[in-house]
Amino acid sequence: MKILVLLKKVPDTGLTLQVKPDGSDIVRDNITYVINPYDEFAIEEALKIKEKLGDVETVAISVGDEGAKEQIRTALAMGLDRGILVKVDGFWDLDGYTTAMMLKDVIEKEGFDLILTGKMAVDDYNSQVPAYIAEFFNIPQATYIVKLELDGNTAKVERELETGMEEWEVPLPAILTCEKGLNEPRYPSLRGIMQAKKKPIDVVEPSFTPSEAIKKVKLAPPPEKAPGKIIDKEFPENVKELIRLLREEAKVL
Amino acid sequence: MANILVFIETKKDEIREFSLEALNTARKIADASGGKVYALLVGKTDGFDDTLAHYGADVVYKVTDERLSNYLTVPYAKAVKAAMDKAGASVFLLSATSLGKDLAPRVAAKFGVPMVSDLTGLEYKDGKFEIVKPLYAGKVYGTFELSAEPAIISLRPKIFEKGEPDTSRSASSEELTVDLTDDDFRAKVVEVKEKETGEIDVTEADIIVSGGRGVKGPEGFELLRQLIDVLNKAGVGKVALGASRVAVDSGWIDHSHQVGQTGKVVAPKLYMAFGISGAIQHLAGMRTSKVIVAVNKDPEAPIFKVADYGLVEDLFKVVPEMIKELKEIYKVE
Repeated sequence: MKILVLLKKVPDTGLTLQVKPDGSDIVRDNITYVINPYDEFAIEEALKIKEKLGDVETVAISVGDEGAKEQIRTALAMGLDRGILVKVDGFWDLDGYTTAMMLKDVIEKEGFDLILTGKMAVDDYNSQVPAYIAEFFNIPQATYIVKLELDGNTAKVERELETGMEEWEVPLPAILTCEKGLNEPRYPSLRGIMQAKKKPIDVVEPSFTPSEAIKKVKLAPPPEKAPGKIIDKEFPENVKELIRLLREEAKVL
Repeated sequence: MANILVFIETKKDEIREFSLEALNTARKIADASGGKVYALLVGKTDGFDDTLAHYGADVVYKVTDERLSNYLTVPYAKAVKAAMDKAGASVFLLSATSLGKDLAPRVAAKFGVPMVSDLTGLEYKDGKFEIVKPLYAGKVYGTFELSAEPAIISLRPKIFEKGEPDTSRSASSEELTVDLTDDDFRAKVVEVKEKETGEIDVTEADIIVSGGRGVKGPEGFELLRQLIDVLNKAGVGKVALGASRVAVDSGWIDHSHQVGQTGKVVAPKLYMAFGISGAIQHLAGMRTSKVIVAVNKDPEAPIFKVADYGLVEDLFKVVPEMIKELKEIYKVE
């Protein structure tokens, strides 16, 4: 069995981000990058399947810049077998279609039984790439999974939606996107880190020319909020005042 | 001229409000550009014509098929493609719900075009769309120009107005046949477990009562649930329980309640943060709330920077007092 794990390099979610004065991008000096947190669930799930079934090859694939090797290396230290970097400078500006087109050749060449990835990337919040890939390869997709069980050639999954839970059965080959709750991603062990240094990361240049259908005009900080009120009264008067303000001033109660 | 197709989501025999937001947005674009609005119903299609007309549809397309009573990506995407072709639509609009985010890119892939997701701003001018979308969970806002044809667009729920229904409007309706094969039903829905009545997801709520580190444990969340119960009885809107990442990672509450960059992004009319310090990753998920209340013992907590109303006080004093006060005002038990 062969599992491909798609992952993305994203700014650490704990960071405050600044926009460049000309609005062309965020300030990227001194930013620390991490594996997109939802992709970590995909890595962990691939490893769990490998541990259970034994004869499984796991490959990490990422569209990213040279620096994204570091995130791939971390995935290898967690336990994936090898990595492929589809190298693009300024990859954060690519739309989902372009990213998927760039992944298409690599995925086709590799072949797969299962593709796992995060339900979305926390930088663009797009949730697009998996569906494009599913359509390109004419395979089923199941998104937002919080439970996965492989039964022969069928993936039994639970999808968590805002309306409730759904159980789906999806025959392989398929692409599944992972939601928080699926598992607890492991930390790389010291041994894993040492081994990862010897695992190969192939670098390929994409042949697809980025689409120009979505043009960036500018980036800006979020709209400023007017400063709020601290209710400076003694308890329990302060609680009464809060409720009065919510009803009479904000009119939300 | 832009003919626009809008996907209509239904739940428990009702149209989801978010689909009406998309429909009304489509109406505005069509009015400005001289196009028509087509609403698409798949699966269960009976009894929605009037509402769809009142909120802006000119034509209601129906794909009535037993096999489609539950959502499935592949056949639904095929239905959308068929409807787009039939309507000669150059725009496909829908709400970025879990279903919308699953469906829209699959449709875009069928057309081989890039698409834009989860927008908070959309304007049509000179045959192009100017769009605004939050990036990095709202730490940054991006403005883009979209010139793809067709333009495939999902709108963040609760941002766009659904408008007032115009009861003088009517729409024609038409049954659509989609050529579906067994191959389209490779993925199967085995079971659908809808949330219990009264249990509201944070993304759907009008009011969110949210807890963080200061809530101290599952018992603290029980207290917040009591407040939610009173608000529900008071009939002030749909109320949901939210949580910070710390509370979820500590195992006090299920992750489906998590608000923030690695949780859900929410935009209720009222967000009440109890014992939440306001880490950047949490603020990213809730700052578009219309009114924010912060209750925290620490006057230096960053949450106060985004709060409209702040109370520097122990939540374990504040919540019981709120419950008592609200019970009196709304005359509920």
